[in-house]
Amino acid sequence: MTAQPRKVLQGATGDWEVVVGLEVHAQVSSNAKLFSGASAEYGAGPNENVSLVDAAMPGMLPVINRYCVEQAIKTGLGLNAKINTWSRFDRKNYFYPDLPQGYQISQYKDPIVGEGEIEVELDDGEVIKVGIERLHLEQDAGKSIHDLAPKESYVDLNRSGVALMEIVSKPHMRSAEEGSAYFSKLRTIVRYLGTCDGNMEQGSMRADVNVSVCRAGGYEKFLETGDFKHLGTRTETKNVNSIRYVRQVIDYEARRQIEVLEAGGQIDQETRLFNVATGETRIMRTKEDAHDYRYFPDPDLLPLEFSDEWVEEIRATLPELPDEKKRRFVEEYGLPLYDATILAMDREKADFFEAVAKGRDGKMAANWVMGDFFGALNKMDRDISDSPVSADQLGGLIDLIADKTISGKIAKDVFAIMLEEGGDPAEIVEKRGLKQVTDTGAIEKVVDDIIAANPDQVAQVKEKPKTMGWFVGQVMKATGGKANPQAVNDILKAKLGVE
Amino acid sequence: MTDYTELSLADLRDGLKKKDFTSAEVTDAYIARIEGAAALNAFITPTPDIARDKATESDARLAKGEGGALEGVPLGIKDLFCTRDTLTTAASHILDGFHPKYESTVTTNLFADGAVMLGKLNLDEFAMGSSNETSYYGDVVNPWRRTGDNATRIEAGKVVGGLTPGGSSGGSSSAVAARLCAGATATDTGGSIRQPAAFTGTVGLKPTYGRVSRWGVVAFASSLDQAGPITRTVRDSAIMLKSMAGHDPKDSTCIDRPVPDYEAVLGQGVKGLKIGVPKEYRIDGMPEEIEKLWQQGIDWMRDAGAEIVDISLPMTKYALPVYYIVAPAEASSNLARYDGVKYGLRVADDKDNITALYEKTRAAGFGDEVKRRILIGTYVLSAGYYDAYYIRAQKVRKKIFDEFQEAYKQVDLILTPSTPSAAFGLGEKKNADPVEMYLNDIFTVTANLAGLPGISVPAGLDGQGLPLGLQLIGRPFDEETLLKGADALEQSAGFTAKPDEWWV
Repeated sequence: MTAQPRKVLQGATGDWEVVVGLEVHAQVSSNAKLFSGASAEYGAGPNENVSLVDAAMPGMLPVINRYCVEQAIKTGLGLNAKINTWSRFDRKNYFYPDLPQGYQISQYKDPIVGEGEIEVELDDGEVIKVGIERLHLEQDAGKSIHDLAPKESYVDLNRSGVALMEIVSKPHMRSAEEGSAYFSKLRTIVRYLGTCDGNMEQGSMRADVNVSVCRAGGYEKFLETGDFKHLGTRTETKNVNSIRYVRQVIDYEARRQIEVLEAGGQIDQETRLFNVATGETRIMRTKEDAHDYRYFPDPDLLPLEFSDEWVEEIRATLPELPDEKKRRFVEEYGLPLYDATILAMDREKADFFEAVAKGRDGKMAANWVMGDFFGALNKMDRDISDSPVSADQLGGLIDLIADKTISGKIAKDVFAIMLEEGGDPAEIVEKRGLKQVTDTGAIEKVVDDIIAANPDQVAQVKEKPKTMGWFVGQVMKATGGKANPQAVNDILKAKLGVE
Repeated sequence: MTDYTELSLADLRDGLKKKDFTSAEVTDAYIARIEGAAALNAFITPTPDIARDKATESDARLAKGEGGALEGVPLGIKDLFCTRDTLTTAASHILDGFHPKYESTVTTNLFADGAVMLGKLNLDEFAMGSSNETSYYGDVVNPWRRTGDNATRIEAGKVVGGLTPGGSSGGSSSAVAARLCAGATATDTGGSIRQPAAFTGTVGLKPTYGRVSRWGVVAFASSLDQAGPITRTVRDSAIMLKSMAGHDPKDSTCIDRPVPDYEAVLGQGVKGLKIGVPKEYRIDGMPEEIEKLWQQGIDWMRDAGAEIVDISLPMTKYALPVYYIVAPAEASSNLARYDGVKYGLRVADDKDNITALYEKTRAAGFGDEVKRRILIGTYVLSAGYYDAYYIRAQKVRKKIFDEFQEAYKQVDLILTPSTPSAAFGLGEKKNADPVEMYLNDIFTVTANLAGLPGISVPAGLDGQGLPLGLQLIGRPFDEETLLKGADALEQSAGFTAKPDEWWV
């Protein structure tokens, strides 16, 4: 296997390779927190969603939320990963005001989900495989707010104890594009599964981006031996909360590290922060400042054990995942892979497409959904959920084209009316008299009138058959566009004697 | 006139049910007695007003022929149990002014059965200690004095001299022994119920880990802590345990299994039971009197029809070192929440940043013993030491558990002394090597590590007139057999001695 050119960065002193791994924190979609009954809903007033357990009152004890466990298992299955029916929670000890217990309950040595692998599509259609190292459950911390008062900090514990899944990839990504595509794919999968809403602005999903560079060929050696010494020292950029930023971080870090190394410097294992405004990363803390978290099994909790049967029950509830859906769209609806990928990326989009396409021409449905429909939503800044046109209505419109009630051109006008005023396409067509005229008698009459009124044009068309288009235009004008274009063509050809 | 405070919990319960007297009368008698015993320092917070109100409510129920299993019975509550709106301190400065807005499951259960709270009992700070000398609220004094000890006396309301009531449940043991309550809640992490009971001539029962909910009990070492009663008799212990025990969905380590009627097994005797006597509990330097008492216990059990079986528990010698790794490790993490941010003490001024706030608060808020254990615990969990200490300790702990499991294939109960000595003088070991103090738990700590139920029963007096206890250790969740054995020991010992009331 030779490295693809895309995966090599040229430096002043030679070629470099980039190696990327992501640790993604995904908030579990759940009404309640991981170990307390408090609400996990976003947007409540400060400290409104705080139970005695979340505030770490003396004598309070955690009790695992079964639903969050189910969500983690579901996610593990969606990542084609090994589900560990025995896992354990550990305490990660450190002091901070937004960590009321003085420790975070997490899973250190025995996570609930082990190794897995997912497929990731790149822009050019190439599909790469990215390994999953593990997924574990842990508590989120609260939020410290330092800018409300000059001398005091405030703490909001609403997030304290909210369930997070930390999904750790293997260092299998080789470029900024691959890293961001992986993050995007992960988001698609958890949204499909309904295990995380993927809302990055609200912090439901964020990535710690690990980047290192090594001389060309190093990565291959790493793959062969599994020995990390063939890779460069990595930096970890914390809390990156958009797909675009992940890309920027990798780009920036790769370039920065190559510059440092080529100037004879060295990369230290350190934690960095991304500055959205400048697109740069800066150092947050070095390895020397790293905490000793003193992990140990949480004695307040029993090991987390469940049966294989339960895992199978959960597996049976899994929805069709994007990769399967993509393949089915190609087979069942004859879509090009690109279209199928775009549509399958988002469950809502895919469901909408299928509702439109069911029992209709798949390609035509895809064209309407991906073209006019998405375009219109974009322009209106709306989502499928608050779209003025339903899948049924869009399907109805396609039916009208298919059975030749209206032409494709009229359909665009009808669609515009549907967007603007709403309503059923058949009714709109009926009410506004937009029905295509297929009555050849009526068309013939119009054609005869035009031929009679334009002898010069008639003479010209005999010499230049291409000018028949002018007649078509006249007929359409006269019929308000409702004449069936095929019928018009046929009649004109016959009457004008054009081949 | 009956002195209600001399009645056992069982007799009180029965008399109240029969309306021989009222809870108000009994409660008033106790309140008066508590006021007269201030010098023992058994209570951090007496709650006479709450007690009188609750007694009145109980009397109303009793008058209608209603009421729970403990209706109108006045109890003392170790100040490690959170009690709604009543100051809860864990005997630590760091919980200054902490009034929980919730009630621990144990006290909820007891109050639901009609128990009346007389107040919050003193203890070692965060239950860390074996002599009740680490309390921020001062030493608790044992009501017992050595025969002829007239040096122990009260001067200006304070005790001069005096013996330790044991720890950490020293307030509980002292109060029960001095008849300041009909029974008391206590907790046991390494012997904190059984050792104080042995030092005060009372009965102390540590249930199986998971039998009683830990919810709302200030945590010391989560995998070892277990609440239980200190009472005057084995029957009283059975009655209190029944009310305290039970499944609690709020405690993941609390087991869902039915709570038997423990009182029903009393009087059944030990005929046919096999009692194990582990040779490893015969330690170097153990006073002859302890040795003698143990032999006496063996004879009593044999005479009562039990079969005595010599057993070996070779891991015993590792129990104390294991305990002093596991317990501080958990404590170092459990006590991280006392940081001056949310409740309790805060020591900081305007210029201090958060680190200074933490440091000042915790430096001022924790006593020396607590700090020592936090340091030990932090050390054994640190990178580079974790495997050598914590992991190894857990492995040995498992072996200790396995060894007991193996022993219980041969025997039904294990009989040992409760403590290696009788109560010692307050201040006597205070400045000694801490390990000497830790040796107090040498016979009790194994039951915590293995999660087993254990009970200390008063069995006699030593040459100086001080009480000594014998311990029985049972199978997990077999408190019934444990109580059966304790009942037999109690019958045989016929322990009726009481301290003279020198403190009044």
